[in-house]
Amino acid sequence: MTDARFEISAGFLPLLDSALLVAAREKGFAAAEGIALTLVRETSWANIRDRLAVGHFQVAHMLAPMPIACNLGLTPLAATTVVPMALGLGGNAITVSNALWRDMVGHGTSADLSPRAAGDALRGVVADRVRAGAAPLRFAVVHPHSGHNYELRYWLAACGIDPDRDIEIVILPPPLMADALGSGSLDGFCAGEPWNTAAVMLGHGRIATVKAKIWRSSPEKVLGADARWAEANSDALAALLRAIHHAAQWCASPANHAELAGIMAAPAYVGRPADWMLPALSGQLRTSADSSVEVDDFFMPQARAATFPWKSHALWFYSQMVRWGQAGHSTENAAIARDTYRPDLYRAALKPLGAALPGANAKVEGALPTPTPVGSAGASLVLGPDGFFDGGLFDPDDLDGYIAAQRMAGGG
Amino acid sequence: MAAKPLAVLVIDENRIRASIIEAGLREAGHDEVTLVHDVAGIARRIAEINPDVIVIDLENPNRDMLENMFQLSRAVKRPIAMFVDRSDSASIEAAVDAGVSAYVVDGLKRERVKPILDMAVSRFNAFSRLSRELEEARSELEDRKVVDRAKGILMKSRGVSETEAYALLRKAAMNQNRKLSEIAQSLVTAAGLLGDDA
Repeated sequence: MTDARFEISAGFLPLLDSALLVAAREKGFAAAEGIALTLVRETSWANIRDRLAVGHFQVAHMLAPMPIACNLGLTPLAATTVVPMALGLGGNAITVSNALWRDMVGHGTSADLSPRAAGDALRGVVADRVRAGAAPLRFAVVHPHSGHNYELRYWLAACGIDPDRDIEIVILPPPLMADALGSGSLDGFCAGEPWNTAAVMLGHGRIATVKAKIWRSSPEKVLGADARWAEANSDALAALLRAIHHAAQWCASPANHAELAGIMAAPAYVGRPADWMLPALSGQLRTSADSSVEVDDFFMPQARAATFPWKSHALWFYSQMVRWGQAGHSTENAAIARDTYRPDLYRAALKPLGAALPGANAKVEGALPTPTPVGSAGASLVLGPDGFFDGGLFDPDDLDGYIAAQRMAGGG
Repeated sequence: MAAKPLAVLVIDENRIRASIIEAGLREAGHDEVTLVHDVAGIARRIAEINPDVIVIDLENPNRDMLENMFQLSRAVKRPIAMFVDRSDSASIEAAVDAGVSAYVVDGLKRERVKPILDMAVSRFNAFSRLSRELEEARSELEDRKVVDRAKGILMKSRGVSETEAYALLRKAAMNQNRKLSEIAQSLVTAAGLLGDDA
């Protein structure tokens, strides 16, 4: 690696969706772009943010809403962070304890991961507990500014459960979720893989529903880059985006899934059995000890423009920060959220490869019931199906209207 | 009127390191220091202690949970910011380099808090240095043991003296540009596999 033109250090958390960065390094895509890529496993998102801020990392695997929260000043210490690329779509699930699942079955939940059936049953359990004077159910998410927090809340609210009043939501690191479920200190959690599969494999829980069914083709992790570094090192950044683009194609190929699972299982990365990585990659989810459900778009590393940093994704996350009282709504704040995601950097880096590039920077989220060819530069591009399970639409041009409607619907 | 003494909470699963920080703070005249090693039930503890400054090691996987708690400000009565002064990037860098983060309630004067942070940073660094030296000493001892075993194997299998066995190992290490202990380890492993370990 002595002939590398660029040296880049990236922080990541032990999650399956760090796969794009890991494959970029392990399968030589970074080296082929002249990058000596160092990956540093971290123990918290706060560490990722802090080490990006002080320059230990130039880029990092980040929760998609995190860079927006940084730029809005919602976190204690943060450098201005830009998002030149997403690291895939989907990948999360909501897992409940065996006891809660039994109660949900009593209220008619279904085993097919339907968010509506699971949410209606959960509302029944919540009502029972209120009548019995039992403590509220406790769910965990990994971070307040995470897709997990927002999709859990969106699902609950759309099923008539107030996430702030009817249940308790706490923050817990993903590797601790399964044990907390087993010990009874949690009733459920929303996390990425392999931590849902871990809870199932260890016999501690049951997957109740998945992100891919709450909001199909929805954003999850992104590549966050220190804005000052990105500005001053545009060649290095473009080279990294090309490496990750190739890595995403490699990760998406079913022929490579077994090898990828083996790489991710190594102690330096997730450090858990390769068997735990496979369900998310194959879409054959183990939902309990004796059942599995096929969700073919559970985790999408590459198809449907899965690495494109849509401004409509940034704005939806912002709308949820407003909804749950994390940020005040103003034109300035909306602009900060919109400007955090940088499709221009993505296009500039990938255009020379002839990659499929969407013609637009934003889209109406939830508007495509079927796979739809869309206008693109380079290779042809199919988007969708996408969609919120409750039929909601998010039009980024009507952000004010969406925020007002949310307020009417309750929550925040 | 003298200002009320600052209450400092140190959250660190590493008891030795926490004690080292505590000793430093007490030497500097801070008597209200509380150590917490386990974050279970931390919200109630923080409400009881009502700290002005919270020091946390960066290895703690619960930082996200703790930060969320500070932001919700139910457990903590006053808003908490990280570090005393966002513009003091040198201090922040030194702290992250050392592996420590600090949260400070709003409104405290820089000159009151800065010495506490500096103390935490220097004690963290001293602890890392100690740990590193201990680790080096330990691996040196391990190396010596494995070299002794390798010499024993050579003395037995080749019928050479200890000095000659050592010379053989050194020569192999120099020829292959590897460490003596690595050559010794390969030899011991190979001998073990072949079942003729001395």
